[in-house]
Amino acid sequence: MSALVHQLRFEQKVFWRSREAAVFVFIFPLLLYALLGSVYGDEIDGEAATDVLLAGLFGYGAANTAFAGLAITLVTRRESGVLKRLRATPLQPTTYLAAVLLSTLVTFALQAVALLALGGLAFDASMPENPLGFAGAIVLGVACFAGLGVGATSLIRSAEGVSAVVNVVVLPMAFLSGSFGPTQDFPAVLQAIADVLPLTYFLRIVNGVYLEGDSVFADPTALLVVLAWGAAGVAIALRRFGWMPRER
Amino acid sequence: MAPAIVVDDLRKSYGAVEALRGVSFEVAEGEVFGLLGPNGAGKTTTVEILEGYRPRDGGAASVLGHDPGQAPRALRERVGVVLQQSELSAFLTVRETHALYAGYYARPRDVDEVIELVGLTEKRDARVKTLSGGQKRRLDLGIALVGNPDLVFLDEPTTGFDPAARRAAWEMIRALRSLGTTILLTTHYLDEAQQLADRVAVLRRGEIVRIGTPAELIGDSALTEIRYRRGGEVVSVETREPTRVLHELSSEALASGEELEGLEVRRPSLEDVYLELVGEEDAE
Repeated sequence: MSALVHQLRFEQKVFWRSREAAVFVFIFPLLLYALLGSVYGDEIDGEAATDVLLAGLFGYGAANTAFAGLAITLVTRRESGVLKRLRATPLQPTTYLAAVLLSTLVTFALQAVALLALGGLAFDASMPENPLGFAGAIVLGVACFAGLGVGATSLIRSAEGVSAVVNVVVLPMAFLSGSFGPTQDFPAVLQAIADVLPLTYFLRIVNGVYLEGDSVFADPTALLVVLAWGAAGVAIALRRFGWMPRER
Repeated sequence: MAPAIVVDDLRKSYGAVEALRGVSFEVAEGEVFGLLGPNGAGKTTTVEILEGYRPRDGGAASVLGHDPGQAPRALRERVGVVLQQSELSAFLTVRETHALYAGYYARPRDVDEVIELVGLTEKRDARVKTLSGGQKRRLDLGIALVGNPDLVFLDEPTTGFDPAARRAAWEMIRALRSLGTTILLTTHYLDEAQQLADRVAVLRRGEIVRIGTPAELIGDSALTEIRYRRGGEVVSVETREPTRVLHELSSEALASGEELEGLEVRRPSLEDVYLELVGEEDAE
């Protein structure tokens, strides 16, 4: 337990000091929310536009922080030999990964609070109807996208390509899933793609807890799809995750 | 005292390439043991098997009484490693990095003491990204020592150092040895092996071709070199019978009234022995 807290403290210290990562992971969704919130009209599908966008960027933030941010961190650490170095210490691999995941959760929770604060102060956005469900959505989002993040880490070979690869995944996914605005006018083929993406289903849950006051469990199909995606990522990681640099 | 490391008939292949073809040696407790050889001879493969990074294909290995293939936590508590290439988080300070790693061990050394030992006291509050290459290598050594290990693996610890930094690193390694730490060192610098190692094993293409103290290795070579100048040109004779050859040369010179200018009789250096052992073409 103390080993976990020790590692978590340093993970957070490193994250906030690495300005590029902190800006990309933490500030970027807030910035997008500020921009989109300023340009959209009053209502989207009968809901306040600022609320719909807040939920959308909450979903994008989960994918960006837990999938993109985590994959970039882990691939960079693996390729630069940090993970290899750690394997020679008595630190248990499970403790290390737990600390990295908890650190991701802390970062995303702070980001969610910052989104609410920005929404409330700048756009008069609603506060969550179901705060407990909202907290549950934070945990669910990190569980799903961090699972995919460690899975992606196991498949990406080089530190140079990792930001490009994860953004090619995350940005179109967010766009198709409706993080940046409504998708009902999208061509059928794009909507069909969106129908299999984890973020689409995660956003359904987020909209439920944030706007309707539902519980996280209100939409079992969506919950199942989100968890299945996370489990798929973990399954890949269990088979392929490595501590040694791939490139030499 | 049981040896710190026992390696018996160690074998490892990467695909069709046999990286280790039956390597055997022992390292006594408190000894500095050097693994010497050209690139690709199997030094790093040997060390990485002993560090627990790579599985072996055959043979036996024991590190501080444990099988490194299992790399149990009890073993990792007692071993420090300096890898050939590794980076540490750029955003932590020297002191924080030491504190981070100290936190992984049950009985760590005092952090400030270690920073002092590796000569980074003045840089203790500097971020890792501001350190020079040599300072980063000292930080690597510091975090290898902070767990208070009984055994330290140093994989080419001074590669890329300038001469002054190398001397400083040697001093650190000697200081470590005087604390009773067993050290397994790989290097392709012969002077480094000669300066630091109690015993040396020379690896060539996955096999140990010679093992012994640096003095024994040099003593093994039967050749003596005799050099002199004749008409401004250097003449070099390598011989197994230096007494006879020198007698003949000097008799001739006396008879013809010539002087053997710049006469030198030289025992081979470790470098000569090394080149003889690994072959000129293998030695880069």
